[in-house]
Amino acid sequence: MAIDAATVRKVARLARIAEPEARIDPLARELTGIMAWIEQLAEVDVEGVEPMTSAVSMTAPLREDVVTEGGDPERVLSNAPRRAGDFFVVPKVVE
Amino acid sequence: MSGLTDLTLRQALDALGTRKISSEELTGAYIAAIEAARPLNAFVLETPEKALEMARASDHRRASAEAGPLDGVPLGIKDLFCTEGVRTTAGSRILGTFTPTYESTVTSQLWRDGAVMLGKLNLDEFAMGSSNETSAFGPVVSPWRRQGDAAPLTPGGSSGGSAAAVAAGLCLGATATDTGGSIRQPAAFTGTVGIKPTYGRCSRWGVVAFASSLDQAGPIARTVEDAAILLQSMSGHDPKDSTSLNAEVPDFPAFVGKSVKGLRIGVPKEYRVEGMSPEIDALWEQGIAWLRDAGCEIVEVSLPHTRYALPAYYIVAPAEASSNLARYDGMRYGLRVEGGNLTDTYEKSRAAGFGEEVKRRILIGTYVLSAGYYDAYYLRALKVRRRIADDFTEAFGKVDALLTPTAPSAAFALGENAEDPVAMYLNDIFTVTVNLAGLPGMSVPAGLDAQGLPLGLQLIGRPLDEGLLFSLGGAIEKAAGFSPKPARWW
Repeated sequence: MAIDAATVRKVARLARIAEPEARIDPLARELTGIMAWIEQLAEVDVEGVEPMTSAVSMTAPLREDVVTEGGDPERVLSNAPRRAGDFFVVPKVVE
Repeated sequence: MSGLTDLTLRQALDALGTRKISSEELTGAYIAAIEAARPLNAFVLETPEKALEMARASDHRRASAEAGPLDGVPLGIKDLFCTEGVRTTAGSRILGTFTPTYESTVTSQLWRDGAVMLGKLNLDEFAMGSSNETSAFGPVVSPWRRQGDAAPLTPGGSSGGSAAAVAAGLCLGATATDTGGSIRQPAAFTGTVGIKPTYGRCSRWGVVAFASSLDQAGPIARTVEDAAILLQSMSGHDPKDSTSLNAEVPDFPAFVGKSVKGLRIGVPKEYRVEGMSPEIDALWEQGIAWLRDAGCEIVEVSLPHTRYALPAYYIVAPAEASSNLARYDGMRYGLRVEGGNLTDTYEKSRAAGFGEEVKRRILIGTYVLSAGYYDAYYLRALKVRRRIADDFTEAFGKVDALLTPTAPSAAFALGENAEDPVAMYLNDIFTVTVNLAGLPGMSVPAGLDAQGLPLGLQLIGRPLDEGLLFSLGGAIEKAAGFSPKPARWW
């Protein structure tokens, strides 16, 4: 299926990546090429096949619901691009 | 001093054990080798002071007879493993100067066993690539060159820094990761040994995530035995990774040198792909002959869904990547480019931080997971993945292991496959099936092509059967007698 410029813009928005206008058409071509190659999956008979979501068939292990780590804001914030005291500074979200 | 860096890991451990050499001497020799090899661009961060400090501590442990199984051995660490207090970038601008406050489980086990860290190794950005050209630090240059040709070649990817460093004698071994072939293809391109163990054998905790259902850590080393020694230390159950296998770790090095007589080895007919180099085909035949001579029975098997593995991978891996990489939003760590509002900040930060290949994969992943396409692409790919895994289960009803080439060609020149993403993806044609099925796979150097470049053979085993791969890999290594090293030009 051909991926057009409008689809690239929509997907880039969903992925929260600002793609410059000059990249939209080249990306549409590249993604169309990749998806055309992927289309061959339609040939495979997958009737009644269970999707495989993990390489190992195991049930997710459970552990005690207790705090194992925490109470160390310095470690949590040590890589923050911007901080104020023990808080991350982020752009305003609500008006 | 140059003799020190020619030792294998096994030989170095023996020399350290008998106190013929100290870790400080050995580490010093590697630090000098790394400094002299900067044109290879294999290291993105050298940590010589930390290395010498760790080496001296190791020498103290040796003196007081408290040495661990890897004590004093200098290693390189792929820059996808978080290292406490040491910058970890995943080869991406978006992590900037990210400095973890914790240590990945795999590396913490290496330090527990006494190993010494020389520094962090270059890689494709977020391990997405087969040539190391997507790294924000620029590509690694292979220590290998074609005969009479100075054109820079790729060491492969994504673990290109790991493979190049081991091949060039810049470390005794290196950690690496493999999502679609990123340990085995670079190992094949550089004449080194690389093993991707069974999914869940090594903890993923503290390893920067690419595609969580496929990512697996493993070592790149100079010999099969060295790889076994390293994997021994890297493996084991970790409660911090919910997909970590609670399985006993056998004595891997003990499998090297064991007889392979009577084993049944499958040769999958679908791996004879169109356009494969005749040299690769001849190497494969040679490998078959070696194992037959060692007493194995060779059986042709069929893996009928092989040709669908790469297209399925290029849905599953980008889908998981688009979800995993959503965390890079410029709020809590990494690069932030301020915008007019929150969304604008997200979009600008991610646009500036991610490279073109990573963006391309995030966009594909977002597309195949988006409303209206999920069933047609993502769900179908997961069903094809099951078909591929079932092919292996069927084959392993008849044989003990499989033998294939590792990659469809020898190393190519930097820039050669850069224009066409699909051409680059085809590098993983023989390796990606193994990730989809979660099986162990190992690449062993088996010979040189007409231009003097290394070629590798791949062994694939049943789940948790790495030991058998070490026995078979040892048999191939012995028969091949592979010892060439790249002629030093740097």
